[in-house]
Amino acid sequence: MSVIYVVLPLAAVMAAAGVAAFIWSVRRGQFDDLDTPAIRILHEIDVTER
Amino acid sequence: MAIDAARQAEPDGASSPQATAACAHCGLPVPAGLLTPGQPLQFCCHGCRTVYEVIHRCGLDRFYRVRQETDAAARPAHTTERKYHEYDDPVFRQLYYQSLADGSQTVEFYLEGVHCAACVWLVEKLPRVLPGVIESRLDIRRALVEVRWDESQVRLSQIARTLDSLGYPPHPAKDAQARKLRRQEDHRFLIRIGVAGACAGNVMTLSFALYGGVFTGIEAQYSHLFRFASMVFGVVALAWPGSLFFRGAWAALRTRTAHLDLPIALGLAAGGVAGTVNAIADRGEIYFDSLTILVLLLLSGRWLQRRQQCWANDSLELLFSLTPTSARRVEGGRIVDVPIEAIGPGDVLEVRAGESVGADGKVCDGRSAIDQALLTGESRPAAVAPGDAVHAGTVNLSARLLVRVEAVGEQTRVGKLMQLVEQHSRSRAPIVQFADRVAGRFVRVVLALAALTFALWLWIEPTRAIDNTVALLIVTCPCALGLGTPLALTIALGRAARRHILIKGGEALELLGRGGTMFLDKTGTITAGRLAVVAWTGEGALRPLVAALERHSAHPIAQVLAASSGSAPSPLAGEGRREAGRFPAPPSPPAPLPQGERGEERPTASNHATPFGSTPRVSDVRQTMGGGIQGTVDGRSLIVGSPKFVRASGASIEAEMAAAESAIIASAATPVMVAIEGRVAAVVGLGDPIRDEAPQALALLERLGWRVRILSGDHPEVVAAVATRLGLDGPDARGGLSPEDKVACVRQAAQSGPVVMVGDGVNDAAALSAAGVGIAVHGGAEASLAAAQVYLDRPGLMPIVELIHAARNTLRAIRRCLMVSLCYNAICGGLAIAGRISPLWAAILMPISSFTVLGLSYAVRTFRGRP
Repeated sequence: MSVIYVVLPLAAVMAAAGVAAFIWSVRRGQFDDLDTPAIRILHEIDVTER
Repeated sequence: MAIDAARQAEPDGASSPQATAACAHCGLPVPAGLLTPGQPLQFCCHGCRTVYEVIHRCGLDRFYRVRQETDAAARPAHTTERKYHEYDDPVFRQLYYQSLADGSQTVEFYLEGVHCAACVWLVEKLPRVLPGVIESRLDIRRALVEVRWDESQVRLSQIARTLDSLGYPPHPAKDAQARKLRRQEDHRFLIRIGVAGACAGNVMTLSFALYGGVFTGIEAQYSHLFRFASMVFGVVALAWPGSLFFRGAWAALRTRTAHLDLPIALGLAAGGVAGTVNAIADRGEIYFDSLTILVLLLLSGRWLQRRQQCWANDSLELLFSLTPTSARRVEGGRIVDVPIEAIGPGDVLEVRAGESVGADGKVCDGRSAIDQALLTGESRPAAVAPGDAVHAGTVNLSARLLVRVEAVGEQTRVGKLMQLVEQHSRSRAPIVQFADRVAGRFVRVVLALAALTFALWLWIEPTRAIDNTVALLIVTCPCALGLGTPLALTIALGRAARRHILIKGGEALELLGRGGTMFLDKTGTITAGRLAVVAWTGEGALRPLVAALERHSAHPIAQVLAASSGSAPSPLAGEGRREAGRFPAPPSPPAPLPQGERGEERPTASNHATPFGSTPRVSDVRQTMGGGIQGTVDGRSLIVGSPKFVRASGASIEAEMAAAESAIIASAATPVMVAIEGRVAAVVGLGDPIRDEAPQALALLERLGWRVRILSGDHPEVVAAVATRLGLDGPDARGGLSPEDKVACVRQAAQSGPVVMVGDGVNDAAALSAAGVGIAVHGGAEASLAAAQVYLDRPGLMPIVELIHAARNTLRAIRRCLMVSLCYNAICGGLAIAGRISPLWAAILMPISSFTVLGLSYAVRTFRGRP
């Protein structure tokens, strides 16, 4: 069970990495507009069709 | 391809293009007067034609397929044909351009007319239409487009003209700095939620191990490790995301106001300190599982609230970006486009038919009719001649005018109104939110109970006094108020939006659910907001003849008569789009007729014989300014005009017709006489028809606890006539009010209870922002839209009734949530006082409480049931 002394900090580091990734994506503005990208993705498909 | 697109754009059921011509761009029926026989493509208005041609020329016909695929609703397009030269001006450049490192420029525009997925497609195709534009990205919710372009290849005025010609007139978005700051604030908030979520998830995992250990046993070293790890995550959650509540509580303490943050911070602080001490000392209870979840849930509630408020701010910004930016100045013999800021008193401006006036001034040349409905609420166009005053924001209807400027910008009537709006929206007394009102009492009760518990246990067993008090403070943390209330409100807003009722903030619903005084504007709110035939006494068979004759005139009254050749008295009532705001459409398009009417109507274009029935043949047309029109129709002489004009022509008038004339005047409509072969055969009443559902809607509103009153800028007699028809008492219907008077009425009524103002025009905007809740009705001016908290995106008054009903249901649901969570709090609090609560019980009971509240909020039947 003493592996927990390694796993627990590891889990904490992974959580921190997740949070860091989230912070990065927020700062990049990925959550600024939640409506248009849903529409845009449909249009970008027909661009490649051309 | 073009014709294909036109076919696709037609609505279902439009089988033959001749019988029911649909606009090639927007798919709405084309008014009879605008049909061009023999053309495969028909357009309902000039805007649609322009946009269609641009889209086709640029090879973007796919727009129509995209629109069909995404099932988006079509709307008539509207273009202004402005030149936008002022956008290249150095002053403008300094204000709005942002230079990027690679030498390109960006600018943000609010776009009019953006409404669907196909709009996103079209706007983002801008780089293909216009070489030099590098990127164009649209945020559909805010109608905000960010354009990046290369200055050496294309000028901003060209970009603006292109957007305009696609049917999206642009307006520069001011305050880029403020918007950036708010976006950063948004980011910080989201990050807080992310951190709180990560902490809560990890603490929860650790707690499972610890609770497992309670039942099966756990070695002391591991238990200590898990408790210590929980503490680390818990302290991070409280110190970073949770600091929001501590700061809020501190502010509330300093200003001595009741705020929901107070009881929340109390619970969090007590739990955090006790948990940390216990975790380090390795004894007693730690509470971090409950605390971190609380922080996460409460932050989510705050986030929902914040999003509503941001939306409101966005729409206010839109308002202040809507001021016109250019005007045509007469310099010597030349006419020059100049930025509106360059206009000063004494300048002479040219205002063409269909344009809005850019400044306050006096007419120095030309005669025309001016639509002042926006400013005064007057439904009849006013005739102007040299020497008459015109105001900025009013619309020139029929002919070119030259105007000598007397006041510009903020000094104009409309500028002052805008200042009023801004001032009122800042100083609006905030609606004390239900949750905050309860929080004040709540915190007192909890503190009293905590003191009681502490004293009790100090007396019974001093070692457990602190533990039990802390347990009480944590379990009574008001989750239902902090989470349930915003959630219930947000759900209600979402459901309302699906019914085309857009609400900018939850507080509006709280006020609407209570009851009080509701002021309604008349023009455009209770009535349809435009002229229509409201009475026809005499020979109905004359209608097609009258319509045929009136097609030869551009006078506003003539256009109403020309459009109403059908048999129903006013098929237009309650329908139709009213172009308002400062962006007048050309005055020509009469409201499209519903499909059903079309079959009975003869599609006649002047002087063209068509194969669909006999067209009255019109000849010898003569018009008299301010009088009427006469001509020979199908070989008979026909005179249509004011009673004075028809009398002067020597026509004989029977007693019956004279009586009809007086009846029409008494009902505050405008009489028009029709004489055929020297005999008056019909009297027509022209007025602003009351919406069909108005009497019913007003009765329902009264039943829902609102005292309905009318505030109008229209003539008092007209208002009185409408009030009588609706069964309102004289004092409840006031006419002849200036926008400032309306504000005074609203303010006065606000002293004795909640006030709601319903309106549509710029003249209502100040009153809308002064009232507790302002409701802008469908088709209203952009200014009223921005000033109001509620916008009805559906014609008619019934949405107001639905809204009030929904507000009452939502308020009831919030109270129900509160009752349930109070019960939980009573049980848990009782257990804590008795010293019987364990962290395990707290961990089980608190989520159940939260989820019951969530479930109840979702289960609200916002719109079910009859009002």
